[in-house]
Amino acid sequence: MSLAKRIEKALIDAARILSEPIHKRIEWARDEEKRLDGKSVGSKASIAVLEAILENLRISKNEWIPMCQDTGMFDVFVDVGRSYPLSHAEIEEAILTGCEKAAKNGYFRPSVVEEPLFGRKNTKTNTPPIIWWSLVEGKNVEINVLLKGFGSENTCATRMMNPTATEEQIVAAVADIVTLAGGKPCPPIFIGIGLGGTMERAAYLSKRALLREVGVPNSVERYAKLEEKILAGVQATGIGAGGLGGRITALNVAIEYEPTHIAGLPMGVSINCWADRIARVVWEG
Amino acid sequence: MKNLHLPIGEEDLRSLRAYDSVSFSGTLYVGRDQVHQRLVKLLEEGKPLPVELEGQAIYYMGPSPPLPGMIMGSCGPTTSARMDPFTPQLLGKGLKVLIGKGPRSQAVHDALKKEKAVYVQAFGGCGALYAKTIVSVEKVAFEDLGPEALLRLEVKDFPVIVAIDSHGGSVF
Ligand code: SF4
Repeated sequence: MSLAKRIEKALIDAARILSEPIHKRIEWARDEEKRLDGKSVGSKASIAVLEAILENLRISKNEWIPMCQDTGMFDVFVDVGRSYPLSHAEIEEAILTGCEKAAKNGYFRPSVVEEPLFGRKNTKTNTPPIIWWSLVEGKNVEINVLLKGFGSENTCATRMMNPTATEEQIVAAVADIVTLAGGKPCPPIFIGIGLGGTMERAAYLSKRALLREVGVPNSVERYAKLEEKILAGVQATGIGAGGLGGRITALNVAIEYEPTHIAGLPMGVSINCWADRIARVVWEG
Repeated sequence: MKNLHLPIGEEDLRSLRAYDSVSFSGTLYVGRDQVHQRLVKLLEEGKPLPVELEGQAIYYMGPSPPLPGMIMGSCGPTTSARMDPFTPQLLGKGLKVLIGKGPRSQAVHDALKKEKAVYVQAFGGCGALYAKTIVSVEKVAFEDLGPEALLRLEVKDFPVIVAIDSHGGSVF
């Protein structure tokens, strides 16, 4: 199968089926909500939301209907091995074709406009995709595409934290962003956090964090602990599934960090809805 | 879970309380940003509306294309807050049930109480689930808006949770 075809197929599937760890995490949320409360009106409503999500996923898989009508914007992350032998232009071509065909053959909603302010004319093809290129070790190409819905994208934020910020202040800032978001991003949510770099690099890292497999903590223990603390801080907001009040507001928190400037601590916070749709293709060079 | 008919009767409407789970069957309108803007503009110009809103329900939704053999694609709720600036005027014309997702402005809370209407939340993102509840689809006005035209749907067992009731009760 050509690279373009593999990308197309992965995207069409991603709009209908969540990865197993993500699906399991939603089941975990329902069980955990029952265990921790399950009696208050908010918790009962949260459980109804989580049951509806699971039923929705069953229907989307069996009947091949996109799980959500907002099939999102293609946010493409390409990691090219330094020894990958072929042309980058070919990869680009395959991505463009794969996205366009997936939108058409996968019955995606045309959700992209040509320009942001004047007229906002729909491109009708759900393209262009956003493409981020990185060079990595090896000879393969790994492509990850987030089908990024905008109910949740509209609640993302960057904050330029003080260089002397404490862990507690980071936790509080994320909880604040999640509280502002409330029920808008279709909770329960996935949270990706980027720390360090510059303003735009922190935002980029926050999206990369969303790509890490759910349940795999940061490989550095201090950051893995911080992920846990932030998750606890976010659950304490009490927003709950559907924003109706419940114990489980977030399903996962992942942090990616990088070097930064002595005078700053940029933080990007990306929020994704429970419909955490990621298409992944590894192309061997 | 309460099973109720749409358009909703006065008694049913007053019986709803925040957090109630309800399943709707019957007819409702679909309209989002553009439809709201146009309806309100017609009202401001003193012109007649293309449909009678008295007693009706409106669903904020923008579907994905239907698969072959289906009449409706994925069709979960969109964010209600975007309709807030227009909603009080439509409630003033007798709209009784608003269906969407997420919080509403204070002005909408106040108007719901004043006009004795309700705001219910559909399950966010559950577009495939709602696709299965659609019995018929009809374009009724503003056809030039294409996929954003004003639609009338017939639904069966359409599940929602009451978010703001007509007595001032709210989940927010
Ligand atoms: S926030 Fe996510 S689940 Fe909710 S409507 Fe948007 S894409 Fe769908």
